Amino acid sequence: MASGQVTKRVKYKTSVKDPGTPGRLLLTMEKLAFRPNNPNSASKFDMEFRYIKNHKYTKEGSNKAPMLNLTSNQGVSYIFEFENYNDLQVCKEFVGKALSKSGETPKPADTSQSLSEQPSTEELLLRMNLLRENSELQKLHKRFVSDGVLTDAEFWATRKKLLSGDLSRKSKQRVGLKSVMLSDSKPLIDGRTNKVTFNLTPEIVREIFAEKPAVHQAYLNVVPNKMTDKDFWTKYCRAEYLHHSKNAHAAAAEAAEDEELALFLKPDDILASETRRKIRCVDPTLDMEADQGDDYTHLPDHGIVRDGSKEITDSQNEPYMRTLLQDLNRHSAVVLEGTAIDDEQLKDTQTVAEALIQSKQGHKTANEEDDGNASQEKLNRISKMMEIEDLQGSNDLPLAPLCIKDPRDYFDSQQACAFKTSRDTTIGTEAVSTREAYGSLRDSISQIKVMGLNDPIIKPEVAMKVLSVLTHNISSTKYHLGKNPRESVLDGFPNKIKEDLLHHWMSIEELLRHYWSSYPVTTAYLYAKVNRLKDAMSKIDSQLQEMKESVQSDLRNQLTLLIRPMQQALEAAMQHHDADLQKRLAKSGERPNGYV
Amino acid sequence: MKFQIEDVTVYFPYDNIYPEQYSYMVELKRALDAKGHCLLEMPTGTGKTIALLSLITSYSLSKPQRQVKLIYCTRTVHEMEKTLAELKLLHNYQIKHLGPAAGILAIGLSSRKNLCVNPTVLAAENRDSVDAACRKLTASWVRALAAENPNVPTCEFFENYERAASAAVLPPGVYTLQDLRAYGREKGWCPYFLARHMVQFANVVVYSYQYLLDPKVAGIISKEMQKESVVVFDEAHNIDNVCIEALSVSVRSKTLDGASRNLSRINQEIERFKATDAGRLRAEYNRLVEGLAQRGNLAATDTWLANPALPDDILKEAVPGNIRRAEHFLHVLRRLVQYLRGRLDTENVEKESPISFVASLNTHAGIDQKTLKFCYDRLHSLMLTLEITDTDEFLHIQTICDFATLVGTYSRGFSIIIEPFDERMPHIPDPVLQLSCHDASLAIKPVFDRFQSVVITSGTLSPIDLYPRLLNFHPVVSRSFTMSLTRDCICPMVLTRGSDQLPVSTKFDMRSDPGVARNYGKLLVEMVSVVPDGIVCFFVSYSYMDGIINSWNETGVLKEIMQHKLVFIETQDVVETTLALDNYRRACDCGRGAVFFSVARGKVAEGIDFDRHYGRLVIMFGIPFQYTLSKILIARLEYLRDTFQIKEGDFLTFDALRQAAQCVGRVIRSKADYGMMIFADKRYSRHDKRSKLPGWILSHLRDANLNLSTDMALHIAREFLRKMAQPYDKTGTGGRKTLLSQEDLEKMAENGVQEMLF
Repeated sequence: MASGQVTKRVKYKTSVKDPGTPGRLLLTMEKLAFRPNNPNSASKFDMEFRYIKNHKYTKEGSNKAPMLNLTSNQGVSYIFEFENYNDLQVCKEFVGKALSKSGETPKPADTSQSLSEQPSTEELLLRMNLLRENSELQKLHKRFVSDGVLTDAEFWATRKKLLSGDLSRKSKQRVGLKSVMLSDSKPLIDGRTNKVTFNLTPEIVREIFAEKPAVHQAYLNVVPNKMTDKDFWTKYCRAEYLHHSKNAHAAAAEAAEDEELALFLKPDDILASETRRKIRCVDPTLDMEADQGDDYTHLPDHGIVRDGSKEITDSQNEPYMRTLLQDLNRHSAVVLEGTAIDDEQLKDTQTVAEALIQSKQGHKTANEEDDGNASQEKLNRISKMMEIEDLQGSNDLPLAPLCIKDPRDYFDSQQACAFKTSRDTTIGTEAVSTREAYGSLRDSISQIKVMGLNDPIIKPEVAMKVLSVLTHNISSTKYHLGKNPRESVLDGFPNKIKEDLLHHWMSIEELLRHYWSSYPVTTAYLYAKVNRLKDAMSKIDSQLQEMKESVQSDLRNQLTLLIRPMQQALEAAMQHHDADLQKRLAKSGERPNGYV
Repeated sequence: MKFQIEDVTVYFPYDNIYPEQYSYMVELKRALDAKGHCLLEMPTGTGKTIALLSLITSYSLSKPQRQVKLIYCTRTVHEMEKTLAELKLLHNYQIKHLGPAAGILAIGLSSRKNLCVNPTVLAAENRDSVDAACRKLTASWVRALAAENPNVPTCEFFENYERAASAAVLPPGVYTLQDLRAYGREKGWCPYFLARHMVQFANVVVYSYQYLLDPKVAGIISKEMQKESVVVFDEAHNIDNVCIEALSVSVRSKTLDGASRNLSRINQEIERFKATDAGRLRAEYNRLVEGLAQRGNLAATDTWLANPALPDDILKEAVPGNIRRAEHFLHVLRRLVQYLRGRLDTENVEKESPISFVASLNTHAGIDQKTLKFCYDRLHSLMLTLEITDTDEFLHIQTICDFATLVGTYSRGFSIIIEPFDERMPHIPDPVLQLSCHDASLAIKPVFDRFQSVVITSGTLSPIDLYPRLLNFHPVVSRSFTMSLTRDCICPMVLTRGSDQLPVSTKFDMRSDPGVARNYGKLLVEMVSVVPDGIVCFFVSYSYMDGIINSWNETGVLKEIMQHKLVFIETQDVVETTLALDNYRRACDCGRGAVFFSVARGKVAEGIDFDRHYGRLVIMFGIPFQYTLSKILIARLEYLRDTFQIKEGDFLTFDALRQAAQCVGRVIRSKADYGMMIFADKRYSRHDKRSKLPGWILSHLRDANLNLSTDMALHIAREFLRKMAQPYDKTGTGGRKTLLSQEDLEKMAENGVQEMLF
């Protein structure tokens, strides 16, 4: 088998009932060939494995002849009848390997009758996408599947959830805008000359366009016909500078001279009309404008003007002064609305301007469509909001699902915080011992036995106690040593070691998952798999050992601490393997035709 | 659920009820039985509104012989919408259990601006132009003209409504403003006039305070309400301010200029009528001789704002002879405007009583008190005679006549203050003559007299004995309820020191200290990183907020805040604030989290709820005292001291603390909700200030939380949030039940009510 070529005597059939053509089947890693005994027969053929879509075979022990059925991607079946099951076994193994090598590995079925499932092209695409997006997964895939430790199907079988979850996640969330105001960046003033520098990046430009539609409109109108891109922005920055200097008179004077400049300083008409549109569909339970429309006490000059509780509105509504408060509100509104521009489109101002206008048009048509639904939805929402939640079962608001880009970051920092605060609260008194926690857990379990389940199932205090004892060691080794509580021990290692360590840990997890799920070993296939996994595990074990020795002495202690649980896990697996093997050998005496 | 309170079967739309809601209903029922007024303080977040609505509707359902009409007054339109939404919930429940017999008609009433569906009218910018635009299409003489000349535009909605005549009624149900508009559009009837018409027949009317308190509006809308009605003022902690504002007028030089223009316009009109239709002016004169200021029953469309004086004080006599003729009246008004202009032209602050003002007016301009008193009605009559529809142009002369009528009618409880400029900006000359009312009981007196039960309720009415004095009435029931809590779901704290252990305060001498601004900023930065979802911050004034936000922007604090949450700000522009609030809610809904900066005594603090995830923390930066140097405030304080023996300092503290309590109290809505409140000012740690807070906040303010610095507050916040995240038993633990089911109530009824509560 290892020679990379197999030759067996077979009968080639086009269907099960066909008496068949006797001949030899030649298998190499790339292709299979059938050579009939009678050289004149027309049934001679060569076939490359990548055209094989599917393969199935009869199971040993069933009273059928040992047959292997290969289906090509055109749907033609090639059936080979072997002389005995051993030949079939060998060929089957070989075909499986060859197929996995050619990339599109079908899942080798363990039962003769059920067809092995061939992943749909859609799923394949999904897998590819997943691999592309997730570099860690890709590494794992490369390490195990390409090296033949696991088959592709095995690899994905444990990740079904990922695949199905992804299907529903088709409508992907976009990354939101940053909350920080970019365009508010202060001008750089160099001390010697009177030069003032503004920095504009495409990202800032996007923000400016989104928040000030008039500037956007102006840009589309004048660039590049009337002025260049650079001139436009120079002018814009000039206006901003005037605005920053908080000198309304100077701004007004300059605006009077230059109509384009005035455009930047004047209140935004587009914005105003947008505001009018939006105010109409605002939630009536917070519509303060309607309130103003109902207020007859405050007719002009009625009511009390200067009793000190009201503010003096100095003539601040000068057209050339935009306040910071307005800017902040506008900015937050834009951030909340989000943008339809991808990061790839953030190349230069022109593309940003155009992309923005396109997305806006799309938005507008969509808006008009669901205007009717919106008002109904609004009403429903209000009536839901009115309900007092604990007097009646509550309705959950539709929330966007949490999408964590890097889970490790999230959980690490969570744990660090939790650990930190738990240390804060239980100063000195090394809170609970393992025994105590175990005791309280047992108590609550026995209580459940007596009283049955109630809500909450386990008292939160107990759960917290047990959890903190269980994780205490982990968190303490991880966080005690760092000077900064947010910095984990891992950060103390050189990057290379850190990465290796994480990678090994992932690999071990993957291997062990497969390993333990293969027990009890009932088929030859599983047997082979276990052997493969065992080899891979011992390889990693030795790599870990090497790593431990290679590292500098000051880090060795910590590294050993981190590696120890990995090695323990591996050892446990090995021991189990050895024990199992011995049991099997003892049994195989009784069953000489066992799997070997 | 359904239960008995004495002889009334109460239908309550939830499966459970809080014990305090139950006792609230019991007290309310007693007040209704006694046909008297009552004053009830119940903490926010205990479902006051629904308890009130369900008791009163159930009360009238169980006593069909005694039709009780509910007049529910809210301070704002959005609160009106909220109330109607709750009523809808209740109504659906009652219909489900009682069938159509429980059907009631409940409507919200607002101005044309909020109810009109005619697109040409709605195009007008503000409320007054909408009113005028409507009048232009619907005034009786315009319609008479249109009947002859089809080119004269009218409002088709109103015409349809008129044509339907008595068939134009609303079927039973609960109508919010939006429902009314939708119904009007569907039927082609004018929703505004339909609603005005239906007010007489409705079982529940929800409208704004001023429709009862402000005589200008109440004179038109609330004239015909039955005595048996129950009047409710919800969120009534500011009711005294509403009352005094309703009777106050101020005159600026701008007003006088406008009034002069109005007078010349009226003069032209008079000349025109003399030439074309002199008979009409003569007819008016004859009517006035007969003593009718009003022309009998006006068509609903012709009504304008009514007399600014209270109905009881309006004389039912003939208009004095010297202003019966249009030209003579015009002359009087000219002299009045001239006199006021002379008074405004002063360099010192002047304070005068109405009596001496009227006396000097008589000597200098020859206008006596009785003439003044009739100014408003005479103007109204003249404008109707002249068939003026663009009423929005005539607001200035109307203001002058309002002033004249009020100053001629009242001699006590008012004062006239003339200021050449605002002290806070002495460099800008802005003379203003203010007639300010000091006595809140004046405006509300007719309401107490006319209706048999008036309910005044709010989350903050402490000290509860002060309100009967301020409003001069005798409640049959006056109670303050505490809150029975399942867990400590509110966490008030007093923060006296910043992270550098220096005191923080908005006291006048510390206000401009950059260290205080920095400490406040630091507090917020720390809090935004700890508290989930929404945070609300209240500042003492707009100018202070503006200053502090600008300084935070310069020092980079704002940037740090924005790393965690979006920032929205209340501005003086109502539209912008509304949108900011809407966005704030959406930011909290989608999980991004946001901070809302607002102002105590501002529009947002008045009526917007920040319950549940919309507000997990409220920070009150400083104590919102009034501007104590204000002349009007000083005059009012003097009046309070002299008439009610209320000390100035006490009143100022009471007023500031009720505002603060109002701000922070908006954070919870039910017992399942939770929120923290930080009072960030060292003065809150003083007992005389703090003790003015309502009891339900004080009872949760632990001694350990009275003198915190930023880091300690942060620690407490973390602990509190972690505790609140745990599941808990909703029905309450130990002996006290905090949530009652129908079964509990029935058991209670057997064992006698007393044992269960508080």
